[in-house]
Amino acid sequence: MAKGRLIFDHDKCKACELCVHYCPTKILELDANNINKKGYNVVNVIDQEKCIACGFCALMCPDSVITVFKVAS
Amino acid sequence: MSKVLMKGNEAIAVAAILGGCEAFFGYPITPQNEIPEFLSKHMKKEGRVFVQAESEVASINMVYGAAGAGARVMTSSSSPGIALMQEGITYIAGAELPCVLVNVMRGGPGLGGIQPAQSDYNQITRGGGNGDYHVISYAPENLQETVDIIKTAFDTADFYRNPVMIAVDGLIGQMMEPVDLSKEVKRRKLGPKDWAASGGHTGTNRRVITSLYLDPKKLEEHNLNLYRKYQIIEKNEQMFETINCENAEYVIVAYGTMARICRSAIEILKQEGINVGMIRPITLWPFPEKAFRNLPKTLKEFLVCELSLGQMIDDVKIAVAGRLPISFFGRTGGMLPEPEDIVFAIKNLIKGVE
Amino acid sequence: MMENIVYQKSKGLTDNELSYCPGCTHGIIHKLVAETLEELGIIEKSIGIASVGCSVMSYFFFNCDMQQAAHGRGCAVATGIKRVREDNIVFTYQGDGDLASMGLNETIHAANRGENITVIFINNGIFGMTGGQMAPTTLLGAKTTTSPEGRDVKEHGFPIRVSEILAQVEGAAYIERVSVHNPQFLRKAKKSLLKAFQYQMDKKGFTFIEFLSTCPVNWGMTPIKSMEYVKDMMMNYYPVKVFKDVGENND
Repeated sequence: MAKGRLIFDHDKCKACELCVHYCPTKILELDANNINKKGYNVVNVIDQEKCIACGFCALMCPDSVITVFKVAS
Repeated sequence: MSKVLMKGNEAIAVAAILGGCEAFFGYPITPQNEIPEFLSKHMKKEGRVFVQAESEVASINMVYGAAGAGARVMTSSSSPGIALMQEGITYIAGAELPCVLVNVMRGGPGLGGIQPAQSDYNQITRGGGNGDYHVISYAPENLQETVDIIKTAFDTADFYRNPVMIAVDGLIGQMMEPVDLSKEVKRRKLGPKDWAASGGHTGTNRRVITSLYLDPKKLEEHNLNLYRKYQIIEKNEQMFETINCENAEYVIVAYGTMARICRSAIEILKQEGINVGMIRPITLWPFPEKAFRNLPKTLKEFLVCELSLGQMIDDVKIAVAGRLPISFFGRTGGMLPEPEDIVFAIKNLIKGVE
Repeated sequence: MMENIVYQKSKGLTDNELSYCPGCTHGIIHKLVAETLEELGIIEKSIGIASVGCSVMSYFFFNCDMQQAAHGRGCAVATGIKRVREDNIVFTYQGDGDLASMGLNETIHAANRGENITVIFINNGIFGMTGGQMAPTTLLGAKTTTSPEGRDVKEHGFPIRVSEILAQVEGAAYIERVSVHNPQFLRKAKKSLLKAFQYQMDKKGFTFIEFLSTCPVNWGMTPIKSMEYVKDMMMNYYPVKVFKDVGENND
């Protein structure tokens, strides 16, 4: 069961991959099929179930692309 | 209505307090040190701000900050220090901020000398810093005039959102004259500073003070706005005095201390039956070209007298526009002419000697 | 199912998109400053000073009144503002060209006077905005556009350790160097920022946080490799620690 849920403001993503690098469960990747209006391949979640809501991705993102929610059961 | 005998620099400092100066940031330099010294004591007494900054560069940037935050702020310096402040002055003008600057002028260029001079005219009126801008500049000739102008300078700066400079030469800063500090001066009607980055605003209400416009279209627009402001100032703020010009054959153009020396020369010439007048600019910028519009039919020639080797003469040439010849008399480096030297120069004009 | 927000964009930032390069630590540090102002409830009270460098545009991003300063003059401008607006929170945001080159004099003197301001110093060892020239804080051996063979002591002098210099100034209240190269260091950096601004609120004097930062474009590295450069190279020469803290003992 996913502990966390992520929302992306893709228009602001610059594909720096800091979030990808710092995610401890390695569930973020640049999406080859999604290019934003800036021309960057934006980041997306590849396995939402593994999200532990640590917030590292959002913490490291320079552009406030990611909002992180903790999913309480 | 009582008069007090005061030293020029001291009178300048008192006038600043009377004019509503809330903060002073400055650095020592001869021959104006009595200004920060006086203010270091008295601003504190009045509950206002005084900082001796680490340099003139720091001073003018503190002025910029405080002006941007909405305060009535002043600095003072002398020619080499004013040169250091030029960057700050253009930022203040570009960001449309008000401030009062006092320049107690001394000889240059470079370190120059500490005696009085008028060789900052170009620095004052021709920008000094980068970009299209002007500093509203006054050149009083005596302490009463200096005090009256400074008392209104903060209003003028606020009214136009522009730097205002009062330029006196070192003599005026150091001499002692009677001054009526309570003399009424004309006040301006001013609105609230709803542009100041004074804190308390977020979102669309935020205030940003800047002179940066990277979009060339916006920068041109901004410059055109400034230009229109300067046109209004040129129309409304020229100040000058004419002495004995009505039927004069020769007219001296001089300001500040040089004008006072020329007054004496005019008296001497009058005794000898020679009719000489004087146009005395009180604003250096806007230059009082109005004074040169209607020239008496008797007028043969102008004699521009400066404590420099000729800077204001360029503006006289522009104003006269080739209608009459213009000659020049100047002393510099701190050397002051006697009235007799001016008399001699006029007589040479009469003889037709260059 | 109920959801709690773990992380969202700070109210201390405007809606304007940041103009910085991908992965640039300016973005991260802007967020930290914004969050700090928000958590302390001082966004509205704040007046920020933008400097000249890549962050010249910072007045578009911080959600408070801002003043643009000439290159290097931020600490003098901040002094002017704070002296006439004592009850406002005044901070500068300056890069290494701005603060350590052009503005070193104004910075030292503001610290010396104990001006009650907070200075945020972004040290990425290079002049970013102007295209990658050597900065006073460029590491020895580093190749830049004005030190093409690498910084050399004989020719260029040593890199300047600003925090160490300011810590010796009596008037300084709190001087710390921090890093944001990973979440752990980032969280510590945020705590330092909170302390610095709290000290200003408590009128303790001059507070200064030096952030070790990256410049992926001019360093010629990816954002991730740039973070590693901070960890492996910059932290050796620029230790991350507290240099001065007057703490509770200051009166």
